[in-house]
Amino acid sequence: MSLDSHIPSGPMAMKWSKHKQDSKLINPKNKRKFTVLVVGSGLAGSSAAATLSELGYKVKCFCFQDSARRAHSIAAQGGINAAKNYQNDGDSVHRLFYDTVKGGDFRARESNVHRLAEVSVNIIDQCVAQGVPFAREYGGMLANRSFGGAQVSRTFYARGQTGQQLLLGAYSALNKEIAAGGVQMYPRTEMLDVVTVDGHAKGIVTRNLVTGKIEAHAGDAVLLCTGDYGNVFYLSTNAMGCNVTATWRAHKKGAFFANPCYTQIHPTCIPVSGDYQSKLTLMSESLRNDGRIWVPKKAADIGKPPAQIAESDRDYILERKYPSFGNLAPRDISSRAAKEACDEGRGVGPGGRGVYLDFAEAIQQFGQKTIAERYGNLFAMYEKITGEDGYKQPMRIYPAVHYTMGGLWVDYNLMSNLPGLHVLGEANFSDHGANRLGASALMQGLADGYFVIPTTIANYLVHQKPGSVTAEHPEFKKAVEDCTAQTKRFLNIKGKRSVDSFHRELGLLIWDKCGMARDKAGLEEALQRIPALREEFWNNVTVPGSGDLTNPELEKAGRVADFMEFGELLCRDALHREESCGGHFRTEHQYPDGEAKRDDENFSYAAAWEYTGDVSKPALNKEQLTFEEVHLAVRSYK
Amino acid sequence: MSQLNLHLKVWRQNAGQPGHFQDIDAPDIPDHASFLEMMDIVNERLIAKGEEPVAFDHDCREGICGMCSMQINGVPHGPEKATTTCQLHMRKFRSGDTIWVEPFRARAFPVLKDLVVDRSAFDRIQQAGGFITVRTGAPQDANALPIGKEVADAAMDAAECIGCGACVAACKNASAMLFVSAKAGQLNLLPQGKPEKDRRTLGMVRQMDKEGFGNCTNQYECEAACPKEISVRWITKLNRDYAIAAVKEAFGNAPKAGGGGD
Ligand SMILES: Cc1cc2nc3c(=O)[nH]c(=O)nc-3n(C[C@H](O)[C@H](O)[C@H](O)COP(=O)(O)OP(=O)(O)OC[C@H]3O[C@@H](n4cnc5c(N)ncnc54)[C@H](O)[C@@H]3O)c2cc1C
Ligand code: SF4
Ligand code: FES
Repeated sequence: MSLDSHIPSGPMAMKWSKHKQDSKLINPKNKRKFTVLVVGSGLAGSSAAATLSELGYKVKCFCFQDSARRAHSIAAQGGINAAKNYQNDGDSVHRLFYDTVKGGDFRARESNVHRLAEVSVNIIDQCVAQGVPFAREYGGMLANRSFGGAQVSRTFYARGQTGQQLLLGAYSALNKEIAAGGVQMYPRTEMLDVVTVDGHAKGIVTRNLVTGKIEAHAGDAVLLCTGDYGNVFYLSTNAMGCNVTATWRAHKKGAFFANPCYTQIHPTCIPVSGDYQSKLTLMSESLRNDGRIWVPKKAADIGKPPAQIAESDRDYILERKYPSFGNLAPRDISSRAAKEACDEGRGVGPGGRGVYLDFAEAIQQFGQKTIAERYGNLFAMYEKITGEDGYKQPMRIYPAVHYTMGGLWVDYNLMSNLPGLHVLGEANFSDHGANRLGASALMQGLADGYFVIPTTIANYLVHQKPGSVTAEHPEFKKAVEDCTAQTKRFLNIKGKRSVDSFHRELGLLIWDKCGMARDKAGLEEALQRIPALREEFWNNVTVPGSGDLTNPELEKAGRVADFMEFGELLCRDALHREESCGGHFRTEHQYPDGEAKRDDENFSYAAAWEYTGDVSKPALNKEQLTFEEVHLAVRSYK
Repeated sequence: MSQLNLHLKVWRQNAGQPGHFQDIDAPDIPDHASFLEMMDIVNERLIAKGEEPVAFDHDCREGICGMCSMQINGVPHGPEKATTTCQLHMRKFRSGDTIWVEPFRARAFPVLKDLVVDRSAFDRIQQAGGFITVRTGAPQDANALPIGKEVADAAMDAAECIGCGACVAACKNASAMLFVSAKAGQLNLLPQGKPEKDRRTLGMVRQMDKEGFGNCTNQYECEAACPKEISVRWITKLNRDYAIAAVKEAFGNAPKAGGGGD
């Protein structure tokens, strides 16, 4: 199948303005007749639902948490980028665009990224008008900081909880529309399937997580704003409920899944402490501004208290390997350096999977008070989780899965190849290529929801007769029956192993073979083992309780069943991409200094996988990427 | 790392039915585990025995989403100051301890199952005015409205509330004043929020009353239980804002209370 990305013609800087001009309008009287189903209430979902309702569409919005405000966006800490140039340090829309394309290691669609940079400035205006309490300077102007190695200060933030504040802003806009009657909210509701009628997405099937009721909802368009699939690795910095179910079920109904192997590993997380571990906690990477990363030179020293290891016996891995960037080397490079040291048997802490992040020198230089002012909340968090005092002894950190760049394929209108199905926020694949820059995900979620979809959805809806499909249609009955049958099937297996035990095994396998570094042999092994594990899951899982009450085990079973299939596609994509780029590192493809070696000639495309009826035999479609504005170059951080 | 041998008394209940405490032994719990990881371990063992695991709410497990709840030894979010249940770790307990684990208790938070309660009343309170009426795409440049750092910081103090409901569970009257005052206070303080201040205050407070939360009698248990250390000073501010709005309303020069506004 050919993929048409519907990129508007004309110069890059004019594409979005032109597209807005050319986009269809729907007359206000008609808008009320259209129902839009928005799955997800994170930054992307809440902002889309609120804005579409303001425009006059009827909106139904769904989330699995007990309140829209608890979507995983709430956990973002660091900040949000915008090309405001308030600091007068030379920032511009073009520079943000350029940084994002380059940061994505030339695997993103230029036109989408440019639009993202353009609307970034409107996001900040919108949030401030809603009462988002961004940090400010004494003069009353908004404060900025530089983030993730950017050369300009374009990051807006709110006291280490930027995600919560932006989400509360979008949630308040959503509440305004709920109160006005434009949005009907369905919390504690999980989407189980997309319903297609004549090849168009016309509805969804959901399970009410309180009563267990499986229901159909018909609409004129469906928006998936369901976040990321990082929990396929079991341990990640994601919330426990993050899943691939919505996008995976849509994939099985025909939507292409693009670049699943692009996953981001964050270097500064608190290491695993035991096999009971349920999630990993991220600490802001700003810690690397003052902390020095090291491991013992000799494997024999790993058990020694760090203070007893002499300076000359320490290996400051990043400073040694990347003298000019040192401890501030990019996320992927820093993560791999930590992994290598641990693979060599020089890792510290339980299980030998950790490196030291040492503040002794910074404390000596600036005093503990200054360090506490800068990072006090992070030291406190570290202490809460590990019981150790980071001022007295070095912290231990290890990389963890943090973000997924892959997602459902969408065109410039954010519509998937399945007509009517739109995908926003982290759930789509479009803006970050093979690697996302810090503070750019929040920007994308809100850009998609507040500014892009409200314009582009009309290009689809204008060709639809509102309300032409209802939940009485046989396709809905069938989808409800399928979902009901799956629920019964889980409850009837009555095997020996818990859902979590399978999830953990799958996650460890994928982390091992398709994590920070990947190679052909490992990926092939994973592709052998995943189907076997999946088969065991379907024969030996146990799901206690019943289907018609609150039943967290049943919810988890559905999510893990989808991870079992999706994990295979993830590895297959990683195996097929015979190059290294951004977060996808194939050990066979690297420069002598360990930098990722792209193959632009053969792999300058987005890999959009098509479900063929057999999970193990997906078909590959390619969207060729062209770079008109930003010239292909090798990233170097030496 | 050491292991703890614990004894749990856990509340079990199905919606609409009476509940009871179940005695569960929890031996060999690693002291590095979080409280919820301890519950995970307990649940895995229940499943292995063919019993139904204990249902509880949780999501982020890093103290920010406000989804986890639980009353631990009678205290919402347990014994550690400024800490949510998900951030509480087992090293704060001793081997041999008996731990009581209950849902947040309040009339306005009915139990859905075991430790899971329905906190949707909080959403409805916010829908009754917890917003600034502004359309997407309409605003002026963000820096066109300078806001002093002190005001911005104070609004941020209030905005830290994670909507968990521990304040309600801690209060003997099950009052929601700390939550409502933080939510209304953030917006009432900011210049952007001023035009709708009276309407917001009346709407949110009246919705709170309608939801069946109790009255605030200034016991301040809420502040002690709040994982984000929201100050009771916000309650004082809300009382003041409410008095002003009510007087204006009585004299007929305040906009009608509540929700609405497109
Ligand atoms: C710890 C952490 C820190 C971060 N810090 C930053 C940062 O500083 N800056 C930055 O830019 N980015 C950051 N990110 C990334 C950023 O937070 C996310 O990419 C972004 O918030 C995703 O928003 P979203 O709206 O796409 O999805 P989410 O916020 O994940 O929302 C998903 C929604 O979909 C719903 N949902 C999912 N599946 C289903 C289903 N099957 N049925 C019904 N509903 C469903 C959920 O209920 C939820 O409402 C961070 C991420 C993490 C994990
Ligand atoms: S005020 Fe504190 S205790 Fe109450 S809901 Fe907010 S964060 Fe929770
Ligand atoms: S689980 Fe999110 S605050 Fe505890």
